[in-house]
Amino acid sequence: MIINLRVWRQASASAEGKMVSYRVEGVSEDMSFLEMLDLLNEDLTLKGEEPIAFDHDCREGICGMCGVVINGSAHGRASSPVPTTTCQLHMRSFADGATIDVEPWRAGAFPVIKDLVVDRTAFDRIIQAGGFISVNAGAAPEAHSVPAPKIEADRAFDAATCIGCGACVAACPNGSSMLFTSAKITHLAMLPQGQPERYSRVKAMVATQDELGFGGCTNIGECAAVCPKQIPLDTISQLNRDLIKALFRKDGK
Amino acid sequence: MALTGLIMVVFLLAHMYGNLKVFLGADAFDHYAHWLKGEILYPLVPEGWFIWIFRFVMLAAIAGHVYAAAVLSARNVSSRSSKYAHGHNHQQTYAARTMQWGGVILLIGLIFHLLQFTAQLVTTGFASGSEPYHMVIATFSQWWLVLAYAVWVFVVCLHVRHGVWSALTTLGANTSPSARAFLNGLAWVIAVVLFVGFMIMPVAVLFGWVQ
Repeated sequence: MIINLRVWRQASASAEGKMVSYRVEGVSEDMSFLEMLDLLNEDLTLKGEEPIAFDHDCREGICGMCGVVINGSAHGRASSPVPTTTCQLHMRSFADGATIDVEPWRAGAFPVIKDLVVDRTAFDRIIQAGGFISVNAGAAPEAHSVPAPKIEADRAFDAATCIGCGACVAACPNGSSMLFTSAKITHLAMLPQGQPERYSRVKAMVATQDELGFGGCTNIGECAAVCPKQIPLDTISQLNRDLIKALFRKDGK
Repeated sequence: MALTGLIMVVFLLAHMYGNLKVFLGADAFDHYAHWLKGEILYPLVPEGWFIWIFRFVMLAAIAGHVYAAAVLSARNVSSRSSKYAHGHNHQQTYAARTMQWGGVILLIGLIFHLLQFTAQLVTTGFASGSEPYHMVIATFSQWWLVLAYAVWVFVVCLHVRHGVWSALTTLGANTSPSARAFLNGLAWVIAVVLFVGFMIMPVAVLFGWVQ
């Protein structure tokens, strides 16, 4: 296959960026999108040009490291209706000779570091504000000592599949991190271990995401439509319910 | 944003219902209009007080809504200052995309609407101080005013279509995928009912079914 790419090139955080065209030849349809970028980078390196910087790690769709906006879709999905991570997107999803636009996540809270790499430290800050439970580490307790209802446990696990890739923020027209934060809130709010800090957590995490410059949620739904882990939009309502309850509770102050 | 918006949606439904009184004739319609400004809730509150309490609540709702919208828009614009070279929407509806500017157009239309029918400073074919029924007939006998009104009501209903869903979701009602479908359906029903309900009267006047 031959692929024509238009890639966002930006030398550093402070430099001006622009879209640059590349022609990639010898692409196999079995390559992942990242392997196609590897192929281009090998070529650029041999030519003595600066290779394109992009984030990646496991390449199995479970680490949350990769992610670029492909033809306007966060992670890219070509003709498929199912959202996935960029590393799990294969070139067979594109037509031979196609022109593909590749851009970094664009959000105020995710500044570009170089080319397609953005700084997602803001997500770590949100987690630091309350995305954990404060228990003393020790030997694991007997599993049956803390019963967790099946329905809640399922919701917790569904929300816990969030890999923190940031596609929700990239896709949101407001640059809001609500789907990410609400996934963490729902994950912990559905489990017995998450209860002691439930209401102080939601207030702290929401306050932190606002401070970091993420936009506000207007319930458009783009986030859930691109989430590779299909975190449902109803987690946002879960966060809002907990936030409203926190207004009337001492531990939410 | 959600609470003030829902207050206004409830008002719109009541306003639409009240407008339909026009089909009961001039006496019934004018009596209803005067009742709203006079006897309503009497003797719970002194005669004529309700309308001012009501106006205060509506004004507070509008002010709160506009203030929240301004704060939210300012934040959202700054958090998405750089745009994608290649844009693509998966989910976004036209109504959701136009909430901000639609809201501004809606507000301008509302100011005109109040100057026209409440303050009677801008008259459209009727003398200032006319009875409500006469104002309605005189205004909507002119096709271009019906058209302008239809465009405005459409903008309002578009705002309501995303607003009802968004407000209820913000208040925590979106509990599952089926709840999401229900809330979106509810928003559609309210928007369509409002559009049809508000447009029946002007169209009936225009075609001379009500005189």
